[in-house]
Amino acid sequence: MHQTHVGSVLRRYAVVLACCTFGLVIAGALVTSNDAALSVPDWPFSWGKLIPAMEGGIRYEFAHRATAFLVAILTTILAIWMRTRLAWTALGLVLAQAVLGGVVVRFVTPVWSTIAHACLAQLFFAVVVAIVVNLYVGEAGGLPGGFRSPAPVVAAVALFAQTILGAAVRYGVVLPVAHIAGAAVATILVMWAALSILMQHMENVTLRRPAMVLLTITFSQVFLGIGAYMARIVYAAAPQPMPMMIWFSVAHVAVGSLAFGAAVALAMIVYRQPRSEAAPVNGGIVIA
Amino acid sequence: MTKIWMGAVLAGSLTLISCGGDKPPETAKTEATAPAGGAAAMPDEANGGTVTGKVAFAGEKPKMATLDMSANPACERAHKGSGQKSEEVVVNENGTLKYTFVWVKSGLPADKQWAVPTSTMSLDQNGCMYKPHMIGIMTGQNIEVKNSDPTNHNIHPMPTVNADWNESQSPGQAPMMKTFARQEVMIPVKCNVHPWMRSYIGVVGHPFFAVTGDDGTFTIKGLPPGTYVIQTWHEKYGPMEQTVTVGAKESKTVDFSYKG
Repeated sequence: MHQTHVGSVLRRYAVVLACCTFGLVIAGALVTSNDAALSVPDWPFSWGKLIPAMEGGIRYEFAHRATAFLVAILTTILAIWMRTRLAWTALGLVLAQAVLGGVVVRFVTPVWSTIAHACLAQLFFAVVVAIVVNLYVGEAGGLPGGFRSPAPVVAAVALFAQTILGAAVRYGVVLPVAHIAGAAVATILVMWAALSILMQHMENVTLRRPAMVLLTITFSQVFLGIGAYMARIVYAAAPQPMPMMIWFSVAHVAVGSLAFGAAVALAMIVYRQPRSEAAPVNGGIVIA
Repeated sequence: MTKIWMGAVLAGSLTLISCGGDKPPETAKTEATAPAGGAAAMPDEANGGTVTGKVAFAGEKPKMATLDMSANPACERAHKGSGQKSEEVVVNENGTLKYTFVWVKSGLPADKQWAVPTSTMSLDQNGCMYKPHMIGIMTGQNIEVKNSDPTNHNIHPMPTVNADWNESQSPGQAPMMKTFARQEVMIPVKCNVHPWMRSYIGVVGHPFFAVTGDDGTFTIKGLPPGTYVIQTWHEKYGPMEQTVTVGAKESKTVDFSYKG
């Protein structure tokens, strides 16, 4: 396969792109949490310029746009370099995301577009993570095995649904209780995915590590969610976004991305494990 | 396996059920009174009824937070280190509430057209604050939005009935004229460059409204004889209503009291 023969430069480049994309997610969360989304009322320019005056909320919005531009360039290069379906998908998503960002600004935040913008960002991050995993797992020499368990895929879908719900809560479309209930469901599904792998493949580092990472990130995310919710309650009457509220919200969005990315990575690793490695050992329980 | 998938889909679907969001402030979704030419009526201040009153505040005076303007040194300088307090709740010296919108919610003849004032209401951005914090206008009446600050602002009203817009205004830029076509009580206005900036605009299809000031009183003049629902609206404490009947040249007092 093409991916199995790519050099270490491409793998490192993909990791850099993933890091930049994660930075972009954080930058986007900073914009929303600082209530700065419409501080730059024009698009694609910023206050009619390439670089506007850096003051107040403009700093966050412009930093977000600049990071998005960088990520779009990096993704374009990656797509041309790799010419794989996943890479083209990533390029399509980042371009769609840029257009959606423009729609948010030009049409003054229609709720559907802001929620879609938040969700597409997570989807794009997941695709970039998938590219990275593809490159590394492919390089390790594992051949695609049979599809053994839907658990990691279901966990990833649940975490993405949580992303949608989180964005919907933030923009007042649904009540927080839906997101809280979703968190319980997603956590159970993540535990199902990760613990079933750990119970059967503890000796397999390739499976054990991502499962542990997914569990750790998901539990961290639950606590960050509680923190973000409490901060919103405590500062509900505040006349402006307060630092505690901002940082909890940003961390919750960022770690949410990581959880989704980790679930996608785990699903891909499970999917790509050769049958001999993923098969139950010592009479272990078959996944799912 | 199929059951597991179906369960997951069902769980996902349940979490996606929309539960409804925050409701906007009291909003009257009535069509605007058109600024009709000769048919439009003016309030008859000489022969009409008058409703006066005050909006009292009972309870402990809330301490308003000092706004953190450190995000923009120009804003901080405008207050010379004294610290600008939030204007969400301003209790006057006489125990009344400032910035309460008072209007005739119902009771006026439905078919009557009211003349739109030719005067312009001003909404200034000064010291990274909206001045005044609350205004009332008629549908179709001009608002002059100014920027007296040495810094950039964006003006972003968030109506639920009227058209949404968001425009930038740089220092020294010419004032912009804006109108709202439909009645809406109230429209929050914010600046996303400076997220502490917030103002409220009450847009009414007739001229019978007022905003309480430093003495917490209001006067609505020139009402045709009739029975009216008078509504107050405060950004923190919400709406209150009272019914009053006034005759020609008659004056009635209607007092409101909010509890902190």
